[in-house]
Amino acid sequence: MRPLTLGRLLLRCGILAAILFVVVVIALKMGAVQVSLYGLGRDLIHVLLGRSGALSTDYGMIVVDIRLPRILLAIVVGASLSVAGASFQALLRNPLADPYVLGVSSGAAVGSIIALLIENQLSISPAYSGLLTPLCASIGAGAAIAAVYFLGRREGRIDSSTLLLSGIIASSFLSAIVMFLMSTLSGGNLRGYSYWLMGSFSTLPPESLLYLLGIGFLIAAGAIYTTASDLNLLLAGEKEAMHLGVDVHRVQVVVYVAASVLTGLAVSVSGAIGYVGLLIPHAMRLIFGSDHRMLLPAAALGGAIALVIADTAARTVVAPSEIQVGAVTAVIGAPFFIYLLRRGLS
Amino acid sequence: MSTPLRMPAVDAPRANPEVRLNVEQASYVYAPNPSQAPLFTLEALSFQAKAGEIVAILGPNASGKSTLLKLISGALAPLSGRVFLNGFATHSLSPKVRAQRIALVQQESQLLFPSRVWEFVMQGRHAHSRGLHFESQEDVTTATNALLQVGAAHLSERWMDKISGGEKQRVILARALAQQPMLLLLDEPTLHLDIGAQVDLLESLRKLAAENRYTVVVVTHELNLAGEYADQVVLLQKGKCLRVGPPASVYQRDLLEQVFQAPLSVELTTAGRPRVTLFADK
Repeated sequence: MRPLTLGRLLLRCGILAAILFVVVVIALKMGAVQVSLYGLGRDLIHVLLGRSGALSTDYGMIVVDIRLPRILLAIVVGASLSVAGASFQALLRNPLADPYVLGVSSGAAVGSIIALLIENQLSISPAYSGLLTPLCASIGAGAAIAAVYFLGRREGRIDSSTLLLSGIIASSFLSAIVMFLMSTLSGGNLRGYSYWLMGSFSTLPPESLLYLLGIGFLIAAGAIYTTASDLNLLLAGEKEAMHLGVDVHRVQVVVYVAASVLTGLAVSVSGAIGYVGLLIPHAMRLIFGSDHRMLLPAAALGGAIALVIADTAARTVVAPSEIQVGAVTAVIGAPFFIYLLRRGLS
Repeated sequence: MSTPLRMPAVDAPRANPEVRLNVEQASYVYAPNPSQAPLFTLEALSFQAKAGEIVAILGPNASGKSTLLKLISGALAPLSGRVFLNGFATHSLSPKVRAQRIALVQQESQLLFPSRVWEFVMQGRHAHSRGLHFESQEDVTTATNALLQVGAAHLSERWMDKISGGEKQRVILARALAQQPMLLLLDEPTLHLDIGAQVDLLESLRKLAAENRYTVVVVTHELNLAGEYADQVVLLQKGKCLRVGPPASVYQRDLLEQVFQAPLSVELTTAGRPRVTLFADK
C-alpha cells in the first residue's frame, strides 16, 4: 500500500516541468534563424528581469517577440485541451472521449465565428471584443457537450458507442455550420479561417487575450482539480460514487463548465487542434496511473510538452513554409485512436 | 445539499434506545409521470433493527427488495413515512455524511481503468477525508484492517481485474468496512459466488456484525442462507411486506409456497433455524 503523497506529486510534476523547460529551450532554438544557446540564455534572463530593451541582437528579438509568445500559447492550449480531455474521459466514463472527438471543439469554433460576425455587425469597443471570442467559444463548447451528453444517453445511461457516434454527428453538423458562417464572411478572411479551423498557432492573438487565456486556464483547471479525488470515484459510476460520499451533481456541473471553458479558450485562439486531449491523458495514465490528483497536473504538463513539440515540427519540417499543428496532431493521434478503439472492442 | 436533519423526539420513537435502524411506514411509487398509473408501488412497511443485527430482505423478483434497500440507503426519498438511522432521516443526509454512516455493497462494480486492490479499498476512506484527500496513516491502517477482516490482506497489491469473483466480492466488502459505517447494506452479495464462498461471506458478515456492532441489511434470494444467518427476515411480495420477524416465525410452509410459487417443505434444525427444501416437480 503506497498512497499518493503531496511530496511524490510535486516531485513528478517537477520532473515533467523540467522536461517542458528543455523542450521549450530546444523549440526556441529551432527555426530559420540560428541562435546560440548562450545568446538564448542571456536574452531569456533579460526578459525575465523585465529588460527587453537590452536584448543583444535582432536574433534575440526574433526569439523573444516571435518564437516565445507562440511557444507560450502552445503551452497553455496544450495544457487546456489535455486537462479537458482527461475530465471528459472521467465524467463520461469513456476512455475515448476528448474535446475534438466529442464535437466540443467544433461547438467552440461555431461560437468563435459567431463572435466574429457579431463583432463585424455591431461596432463593439476593442476593449470588449477581445473577451467576446473566448466567451462565445466557451458557450459554444458548453452547448455542444450538453447536446452530445443527452444524445449519447440510452435508457438513462451513457452508452459508450452511442456517445462517440453522437460526438461525430455533432462534429460534422457543427463543421457544416462553420462552413456556412464562413461563407458569409468576406472572401479575404475565408482562407485565414479555414487555416485557423484546422488548428494553428501562426497568427498570434493580441497580448491581452494571451493574459486572459493564462488566467482562464488557471481558474478552470484549478476548479477541476478541486474535484480530482471525486473523479477517481466517478470512474466506478455515478451511483457508486454517490454511495461513497461524492456530491455527483456538483462535481458534474463544475467539471462540465470548466472543461467547456478550457476548450473554448483553446479553440478561440488556435482553432480545433485534435487528439491532444485523447492521447496525452492516456500516455500519462500509463506512466502515473489513473489517480486524477496526479493525472490532471501530469496531463496539463504533458499536453504542453506535446503541443510545443508538435508546433515546432509544424513550423520547421516543411520550412520555409509551415503546416497546421492540427495536421501534425491528427497524423499521430488518429492511428492511436483506432488502436484504442480496437483494443476496447476486443 | 441539506445539512443533517435532526428529527424531533416525537417523530423518532425513543422507546427502545438500542434501535439503530428504524423504517417507519416507508413507501415508494415508481411512475413515469404523476398523471400516469404507477409502474411499481412499494406499500408502507415498518421494521426496526439494533446494532449487531442482521436483517435479510427476501422475496421473488420484482417484489420490491431493491427499492426497499434504496429507501434505507437514502438514495430514494420515501413517498410517505421515514427511514431513520440513529434518529436521522437517511435521505436528508448529505452524500458525504451518508457515506460516513452507511456503506452499500452492490452487485459487482465495473472499473473503467485498472486499479490495485488497496486503491479500491482506499475509496472507502473518501468520505472521511478533506480537501485533496491525501490519505493519512490512519486511512492506511483502516484500509489494512478492513482487508484483514475479510481475509484479503494478501490481495492488497493485486490488480482488481486479475482476481476471482469471490475475491472481488471480499474486496468490495472490505471497501465498505473501510467506510466505518453504522449500517452495512448488501444487494444480493452472493449472486456470483459458489456455495462455499456464499457460506464464507455470510459467516464473515455474522462475525463482523457482532465484532463491529454493524447493523447489516442484506437483500438475497437464498432462503436457506437467510434462514441460517439472519436475526430478522423481511418477506416481500409484489411490493407488499407480508411478514417481519425471526426466520423461524416467518418461514411458514404455506406462506413461502405462495410467495415463491414452488412446492417446498420447512423443518427446524437443532439450533432452531428453519431449513427449506424445494421439490423439483411442480
